[in-house]
Amino acid sequence: MTTELATLPNLMPALPEILLAIGAMGLLMLGAFGGSKTSQAVNGFAVALLIIAGAIILLGTSSTVTTFNDAFIQDPFARLMKVLVIIGSGFSLAMSVGYAQVEKFDRFEYPVLVLLATIGMMLMLSANDLIAVYLGLELQSLTLYVLSSFKRDSVKATEAGLKYFVLGALSSGMLLYGMSLVYGFTGQTSFVGIADTVHMEGVGIGITFGLVFILAGLTFKISAVPFHMWTPDVYEGAPTPVTAFLAAAPKVAAMGLIVRAVMTAFDPMDLQWQQVITFVSILSMVLGAFAAIGQRNIKRLMAYSSISHMGYALVGLAAGNSAGVVGVIIYLITYLAMTLGTFAAIMSMRRRDGAVERIDDLAGLSRSDLPMAVLLGILMFSLAGVPWMGGFIGKWFVFSAAIEAGLYPLAIIGVLASVVGAYYYLRIVKIMFFDEPAPAFERPSSELRFVLVVSGLFMATMVFYVGPIRAVAEAAANSFF
Amino acid sequence: MILQSVFFYLFSAVLLISALMVIGARNPVHSVLFLILAFFNAAALFVLLGAEFLAMLLVVVYVGAVAVLFLFIVMMLDVDFVEMRAGFLQYMPIGLVVGVVLLAELLVAFGGWAVSPDLAANLGEPMPDIAQVSNIEAIGSLLYTKYIFYFQTAALILFVAMVGAIVLTLHHRTDVKRQKIERQVARTVENSIEIVEVETGSGI
Repeated sequence: MTTELATLPNLMPALPEILLAIGAMGLLMLGAFGGSKTSQAVNGFAVALLIIAGAIILLGTSSTVTTFNDAFIQDPFARLMKVLVIIGSGFSLAMSVGYAQVEKFDRFEYPVLVLLATIGMMLMLSANDLIAVYLGLELQSLTLYVLSSFKRDSVKATEAGLKYFVLGALSSGMLLYGMSLVYGFTGQTSFVGIADTVHMEGVGIGITFGLVFILAGLTFKISAVPFHMWTPDVYEGAPTPVTAFLAAAPKVAAMGLIVRAVMTAFDPMDLQWQQVITFVSILSMVLGAFAAIGQRNIKRLMAYSSISHMGYALVGLAAGNSAGVVGVIIYLITYLAMTLGTFAAIMSMRRRDGAVERIDDLAGLSRSDLPMAVLLGILMFSLAGVPWMGGFIGKWFVFSAAIEAGLYPLAIIGVLASVVGAYYYLRIVKIMFFDEPAPAFERPSSELRFVLVVSGLFMATMVFYVGPIRAVAEAAANSFF
Repeated sequence: MILQSVFFYLFSAVLLISALMVIGARNPVHSVLFLILAFFNAAALFVLLGAEFLAMLLVVVYVGAVAVLFLFIVMMLDVDFVEMRAGFLQYMPIGLVVGVVLLAELLVAFGGWAVSPDLAANLGEPMPDIAQVSNIEAIGSLLYTKYIFYFQTAALILFVAMVGAIVLTLHHRTDVKRQKIERQVARTVENSIEIVEVETGSGI
């Protein structure tokens, strides 16, 4: 047998990921040899690396390229979602600076792990093959398990990490089982190959089994009902900067992965996955709306809020048309901005004797810190979907896509659930503006205030630039149609 | 051919019995030892299939690392396995019902269809002829060329595992005196011993 040298694959499409991987290893070296005093510098370099990676993505070509034998795809959809993920990671890192100093959290491994999680998410968004999906997902999940229990001396954080790990391992098992079934019945792992085989041979029970298991594994990652059980405990137990990170970027990445998987690999099976997505979407919206009512801890409240928001985003996917994917993308943009802003506000909830996280601690905030109360109020109106805030615009696009596809019951249930959900968001506004004042918070650090101002203003004024955002989202959605 | 069948049934039978004993043995150390026996028999089945590289991997990774790790955990953690099993009989009926229902569902679902005859022709990466290519060569020629991306990503995952393990478990203790070999080696007689003339009765 002759030995021939393999040709080097085209690395350029994966340049941002490669840059981040090398950067993460370099920063780990810097931290390990420089000692704990370098953690601020490592954090700064990590944010700079993310900005460079985002710039590479934005300045590169806008065409669709694949590499590594079609396992890795870089198309307009992947680019847009990767930029969103990078924004989520970068802002979470920036927000953690002040918190890290006060809470003895400033260890150089934190930014390095966030970078590695970001690589995992970017690989998920570019995955065009079942093996690539699994590896990207595991890279991201494993990092998130570690980050959840990063405050290892806190019992709650350890519990959060352990719960997340055990349930995450279960969901990975389901995902792998589904993948093995799909591989067994098609003989293919690439998305294109699966779609072609299903197209030729028709939809059998075996591959439907596989599809359902894969969707179960993936919906766990976006904490959609019935795979949401871990969310409130992990959100509450994890250190707040980690919760902000968990709630923002990984949700965008996992949702992008689900969209690509059902739109390319399982495109010929739309009747099958639409049922599953519709079911999951209804359950998430309803459970998220009702279960949040009784919450007293604002981090738990945000957990249920994110469950219901993922339900709304899935409404657009259930529609299965181009308008639906546009809706999902716009919804994710608004969700990312609202989540980052709200967590900037939650991290600002700090008194002299430490951080507080009860909703009642916000009482009378308008008298002690009017700008924060107004901005958080805007974000709450936006999360509730009050017109014409950003959150309303996201809901508008997903529901109109569902109606266009004839899914009237889904749209009606969604609107009713958002009315129920409005109760607890507006209750926070009422507590901030009309209740007896609780002791004032300490002055928040400038980076938290900056994130809060940016996201509050973005949500308040989004209605003026819906046009350009929609154009970008449509260009991204055209990757599939 | 007959010899092969005899060995197949021998290895399979021992595998199944030892797997049962893993959950049946009263002593957890015996459970781990049965687990090792099960791994060895599974490896032997791989050899019968002609996949000798996988067989060796199974022995090296599972027997050499995983099972020994289990043995360590069982011996070092103070877990009362008798107490953990206290409710076993109580929950067994419902567990059996769930298991039987699941088995019946799987049988119904999986028994109801036939695999497409074209499947073998449709494989993304068909198996090369074992007589022509050795196991390691077949795996290596895929792993380091077509699957290099997966290989590198898996390496990144292991990197995260290492960083995570250190982050979560390494405590820098200040109250422990550590051996510093370079300082020990660098010591000489001159800077270690001081000869002092002591006058009788005055002390130092």
